[in-house]
Amino acid sequence: MSRRTGLAVGLASLLGAALFPLLVTRPTWQNTAILMLMTAQLGVAWNILGGYAGQVSLGHAAFFGTGAYVSTLLSMRLGVSPWAGMLAGGAVAAALSAVIGWPCFRLKGHYFAMATIAVGEIVQALVNGWEALGGAVGFSLPFTESGLWGFVWGRSKLPYHYIALGLLLLTLSVNWLVTRSHVGYYLRAIKDEPDAARSLGVSLGRYKQIAMMLSSALAAMGGTLYAQKELFIDPGSTLSTSLSIKMALVAILGGVGTLTGPIVGAVVLTAIEEASRIGFGGTGRGTDLIVYGLLIVVIAVYQPSGIMGWVARRWPAPGPAPTGPPAAGLAPEAKPS
Amino acid sequence: MTGQLLLQTVLSGLLVGLVYALVAVGLTIIFGVMDIVNFAHGEFLMVGMYASFWGFALWKLDPLFTLPLTALALFALGAAVYRLVIRRITDAPMLSQIFTTFGLMILARGLAQYLWKPDFRSVDRTIVAGKVAFAGLQFGLPQVVAAGGAVATTGAVWWFLRSTRLGAALEATAADKEAAALMGIDAQKMFALAWGIGAGCAGVAGALLSTYYPIFPEVGANFILMAFVLVALGGFGSVTGAFWAGILVGVVEVVGGFLWDPAYKLVLVLALYLLVVWLRPQGLLGKA
Amino acid sequence: MSAPLLQVERLTKRFGGLVANEDVSFSLGAGEILGLIGPNGAGKTTVFNSLAGFFPPTSGEIRLDGRPVAGLPPERIAALGVARTFQIVRVFRSMTVLENVMVGAMLRHKAVRIARRLAEAALAFTGLDRRSHEAAGRLTVAEQKRLEVTRALATEPRLLLLDEVMAGLTQAEVQEAVEMVTRIRARGTACVVVEHVMEGIMPIADRMVVLERGRVIADGPPRAIASDPVVIAAYLGEEYRAPGP
Repeated sequence: MSRRTGLAVGLASLLGAALFPLLVTRPTWQNTAILMLMTAQLGVAWNILGGYAGQVSLGHAAFFGTGAYVSTLLSMRLGVSPWAGMLAGGAVAAALSAVIGWPCFRLKGHYFAMATIAVGEIVQALVNGWEALGGAVGFSLPFTESGLWGFVWGRSKLPYHYIALGLLLLTLSVNWLVTRSHVGYYLRAIKDEPDAARSLGVSLGRYKQIAMMLSSALAAMGGTLYAQKELFIDPGSTLSTSLSIKMALVAILGGVGTLTGPIVGAVVLTAIEEASRIGFGGTGRGTDLIVYGLLIVVIAVYQPSGIMGWVARRWPAPGPAPTGPPAAGLAPEAKPS
Repeated sequence: MTGQLLLQTVLSGLLVGLVYALVAVGLTIIFGVMDIVNFAHGEFLMVGMYASFWGFALWKLDPLFTLPLTALALFALGAAVYRLVIRRITDAPMLSQIFTTFGLMILARGLAQYLWKPDFRSVDRTIVAGKVAFAGLQFGLPQVVAAGGAVATTGAVWWFLRSTRLGAALEATAADKEAAALMGIDAQKMFALAWGIGAGCAGVAGALLSTYYPIFPEVGANFILMAFVLVALGGFGSVTGAFWAGILVGVVEVVGGFLWDPAYKLVLVLALYLLVVWLRPQGLLGKA
Repeated sequence: MSAPLLQVERLTKRFGGLVANEDVSFSLGAGEILGLIGPNGAGKTTVFNSLAGFFPPTSGEIRLDGRPVAGLPPERIAALGVARTFQIVRVFRSMTVLENVMVGAMLRHKAVRIARRLAEAALAFTGLDRRSHEAAGRLTVAEQKRLEVTRALATEPRLLLLDEVMAGLTQAEVQEAVEMVTRIRARGTACVVVEHVMEGIMPIADRMVVLERGRVIADGPPRAIASDPVVIAAYLGEEYRAPGP
């Protein structure tokens, strides 16, 4: 579709997202909307590293959990406002990602992916076994009083909705700025042909690290939001590999390497999850896993460029492609070695 | 810690490691032949366990009796998975391949949960129940038999690759797909064979484990990480590498868990994995 | 003669037991074109990869304007003014032609707008500007090779390493490539050109270095090389006569 149509659709969606909780007041629906926004935010954050730079991380929950735990510990032990905790969590996650990234970026392709799984599992196992970090039991956040300072609201879910929306817009902006800067061009070059990029002066490690730090900091901020909303965190809910998979999945489903892909993916995935939860009964029967698994396989095999890839093919942009970054999907091509 | 206790621990680790090794051998063959990491490998093991369990629960058949059937069934399943799904992504970008096998993993766990319920099962009575004493040490008989079966199966696979024409064709495809095709080797058949053998190994391991290990839909998760570690340590594509790595890691895991904290066993092994992958990406005996 | 831009001294590269380059020495002045030829397996691309920083030589020296650069990683070598193309084309397939060249320009100019203008100028220079907005993967092989050259030129190099840019091209395309390399030299960029296509390199090279089995067997102007019996023997009797005056 043309740029103007895309922009119009985007603005309409933004308006819809902003008005939604005012028009729809049923708590379950409001909760679903917030879930969509939060999942979308994580997907966009993941996409900076996974979609644009092509570094598939399947351990990103480690950063999400870092954000949740850092802000929770700071507020519970030191009385720090969760807002400051959110920023601190982002900083800690960025630092952690630097430590992880430095040795991992030497690995290519699925070795990198497997290493990230290992890192994610290690972090989860460590927190699980460490009493000071709550161990397997986790933390229940104390509910003192509703309000902006405390970053917690009891009766109405509305503030959470707008904070989630705001965080999503922030994450999108960071992503957009990256794509428009030389960093974005370099990341795409690294993804396509790392050796050629090097021969043009691009330091692979530095730019992968930039992408990783941005991606992890934003994911961590999402973690703080989660902690303040659920008021309970434990390794299973914030550090699990299945959460890592979900972050990657929404980006793949919607379209890796596109700005809006993860948002579309998050909306679709959340809708499917809620529908199958309602339709097939609660979890424990495995039906949600079956739906999940089938979805992943079908997308990976038949539509690797995701929903936005399909959209781009179905409604191609008129005239010659603009010189902005095009939708870089997963078009079948030579495997990077 | 007495010498005898240490010896007991090391040998326990050895027994465990040999079973891990069998799982890893299957994984490494698939990778070696077609450069695909099968994230769903643990699920082949899980199906092998359930096959043995149902044979026992429904018809009172001991898992060791049904083992050949289980092996054949898993072989067929592996080849079928290749033909139906994997075949379509052999040349797809790595992200697609990762997610395809990941999706299969999740799908398999979901199906197992749906069909067989999430409850823990076990094979209560087996002909290999009991303990065996050896030089003043004691080991569970199922563990010993499982280790023995694992070694036998690994040996059989190794022999197959070394001494049969079909095995040589498989190795040739692993070394150079195009060259092998030029020599008339049908790559499609080799890929299906690799998946069949890979799944078969995991299935046999599952059958052997079912005599003493709890059976539940997510059991694959306990072994897949270990299999990754072994394949990375031993070298992607190397059967002998996976075997020796299995022994090493089994011992490290059990001894480490004993000396330190059992809860951190996984951390220890994963840290070892990361260390190997960073320092020597191709593993001890692997192709670069 | 101008002080040498590039000095290669006793460059040796061993891969385990295999000696790919042994005691290779040559030099190149600013604005010169040096042809690097030799039969298959002579070690030409290995020299290239050492020059470009893709692996450090086992021993020997490489000096750029007197400054030792052997063993520096590719990104540092590029910053020092050495650009290269690849034998098997490596354009950024998901990006447009213009964006490919912009990545090159961004070495010296990180601002996207400036990089875009410089990239457009580079594409005009090499004649690919009419394809600016096409996906790089859609170009013909000859055009992709030209794109790689354009992209390398955008880094404002003093030395350009061209790895078999003319392989697989038609006669007409070879002529276009020859003409482009001549224009590159006219702009003041020195080139080391690895080539098999003799009609492409003989007419434009200032000097030729001939490798055989990792060693330099001849070094001189094209005319002398073409009639050197050692060189002819290395190519198993192939004879090429430089075109008449």
